[in-house]
Amino acid sequence: MQASRRLWLVIFLAPATALFATFITYPIFSALAYSLYAWEGIGRRGFAGLANFVRLFQTFPYPRLLGNAFLHNVIVFVLTMLIQNIVALGLALLLARGPWGTRVYRVIFFLPVTLSLIIVGFMWALFLNPVFGIVNKALAAAGADWLVRPWLGDPSTALVTLTLINAWRWLGFPTLVFLAGINAVPDEYLEAARIDGAPEWDVMRRIIFPLLAPSVTIIVTLTFIGSFNWFELPYVVQGLSGPPNRATDVLGLMFYRSAFGEVDTGLQDIGIGSSIAVMMFIVMATVSTLGALYLRRREVELG
Amino acid sequence: MTRRSPWTIAIQAVLIINAAMVLVPVLLMALSAFKSTREIFQSPFGLPAVWSLENFHKVWIEARFGDYFQNSVIVTGGSAAILVAFGAMASYALGRFQFRGNDLLYVYFLSGLLLPIRLAIIPLFILMRNLNLLDSLWSLILIYAASGLPSAIFILTGFFRTLPADLDSAARIDGAGEWSIFTRIMLPLVRPALVIVTIYNIIPIWNDFFFPLVFIKSDRLKTLPLGMTTFFGQYYTDYAALFAGLTLAALPVIALYVALSQHFIRGLTAGAVKG
Repeated sequence: MQASRRLWLVIFLAPATALFATFITYPIFSALAYSLYAWEGIGRRGFAGLANFVRLFQTFPYPRLLGNAFLHNVIVFVLTMLIQNIVALGLALLLARGPWGTRVYRVIFFLPVTLSLIIVGFMWALFLNPVFGIVNKALAAAGADWLVRPWLGDPSTALVTLTLINAWRWLGFPTLVFLAGINAVPDEYLEAARIDGAPEWDVMRRIIFPLLAPSVTIIVTLTFIGSFNWFELPYVVQGLSGPPNRATDVLGLMFYRSAFGEVDTGLQDIGIGSSIAVMMFIVMATVSTLGALYLRRREVELG
Repeated sequence: MTRRSPWTIAIQAVLIINAAMVLVPVLLMALSAFKSTREIFQSPFGLPAVWSLENFHKVWIEARFGDYFQNSVIVTGGSAAILVAFGAMASYALGRFQFRGNDLLYVYFLSGLLLPIRLAIIPLFILMRNLNLLDSLWSLILIYAASGLPSAIFILTGFFRTLPADLDSAARIDGAGEWSIFTRIMLPLVRPALVIVTIYNIIPIWNDFFFPLVFIKSDRLKTLPLGMTTFFGQYYTDYAALFAGLTLAALPVIALYVALSQHFIRGLTAGAVKG
C-alpha cells in the first residue's frame, strides 16, 4: 500500500517536474552561468569572471547603447503609467458606477488585449504610413495640418507613438483589474460615507484609493515588467536596430541582436548578450519581489 | 445615480468615445480587407464598392496562411493539452497528498511565475539544437508547455485543496484505483479551473512571436505571428492583401472572444485579480 502510494506520487509528479526542470530551471541557471564565460560564436571558451560585464559597461559602443536602450525602457514605463494606467483608472471609476451598458463596454474595452501584438503593430504601422495612412489623412481632414507628420519615422515622436500603440492594445487590462478592485470595496463603506454627505472626491480619496492599493501595486509591477520586456512591437513596427537612429532601441532588441547577430554586420556576442540578460533579470526580479512584499505587508495590515 | 443628470450623459460620452477608439481601427482594418489597394488610398473610410473575397483568397493560398494557421493550431493545441494534463496531475498530488517535500516542490514550480524565461533564450537555443529540435514544432510545444506549468499548478492546486477531504478516502474504501479517482472523481470537479488555466495559457501561446522567431526557420513550419512578418516583407506594397492577412489572423481570436468573453476576461486577469 505504502509502496504503491509512493509509485503513484512519482507517476503524478514526474512528468511536470521533468518538463519544468529541463526547459525552465536548467536554461535559467545556464543563462546566469553563460555570462561568466568567454564566447566565440556559440562555442563556449574559458571562464572569464566578470569580463563580459566590464566590457558591457566600459568598452565602446556598449555603454552608450546600453544607456540609450535602458533610458527608452524607463520612458516607456513612465509614459505607460501616465497615459494608459491613469486613463484606465478613470474608466474603471466610471464603470464602477454601473452606467447603462457596463457589460458591453467591458467586453469592448478588453477586446484588443486578446489580439497579438504582431497584428496590432502591423495594423497601426499601416494606419500611420506617412503617405497613405489614415491617421494623417484624418488629421488633415480635421484641419490639424500641423499634426501631420511621419509619426514612426521621426526620432522625436517614434517612441511615444509606439507607447501609444502599446497602450491601445493593453488599456482594457488595467481597466478591468481596477474595476474588480473598486467593486471589491464593501458597499456599506461607500453608502455610509455618501449618507454622511461626504463629497464624491473625498469618497474616492479616503475610501476607494486606499482599498485599491493592492490593484495599483499589481498594475505598477506588471507595467514595469512589461516595459522591460518590450521586444515584439519595436521589432515588427520599426526593425531590429530600433530605427530611426536607435530612437526606439530597447534592452530586448539589444539583447536579441547580441545573442543572434547584428542586422548589418551579423556579429554575435553571446558574452555581452548573456550579461545584458543577467542585468535585466536582476532589475525585473528586484521590482517583482518588492511588489510582492508590499502586497503581502498590506494584506497583513488589512487582514 | 439613475437620474438623467448631465453627469450621466458625460459618463456615457467618455465611454462611447473610448469604445469607438477600440472598434473603429478594427472595423477599418476589416473593411479595407475587402477593398482593392487603389480603393484603400482613394476612400480609406468608406464602405467597399464591391464586397470582394479576392484578397482573402490570395492570402490564404499564395501567402501560405493555411500552413501558418495549421501550425499555430498544432502548437497551441499540443502545448495546451500537455500543460493541462501534466499540470493537473502534479496539482492533484501537491494538493491532495501529504508527503515530505510537498511545500518545497510547490514553491519550486511557483518560482517560475517570477522568472522571465525569454532571458534564457541563448541556453534554450543551444539546448534545442543539442536535442535536435530546432526548426521543429516540438521545440515550441515543449517550451510553451513548460512555461505554462507554474500558473497551471498555482491555480489548480488551490482548487484541489478546496475539495472535501473525505471524497477520495470514500472512493478508496470502495476500492477505486488511484488513476480512476483522479480522472473520474477529481478532474470533473475542477473543470471551471481547467477552463481558466486553458484560456490563461492559449491566448499568449497563440499570439507568441518570440520563440518561433528564434526556433523556426522553414517557411512551412512558421506559426501565424511569425508567418505574418514574412508575409509583410513579401507584400509590403499590396495594402489590400496586408489588411486581408491581418483580418484573417485576428478573426479566430475575436470570434472566440466574442463567444466566451466572460471566461476570457476572468481567465486573462486571473493572475492579477483575486477570487
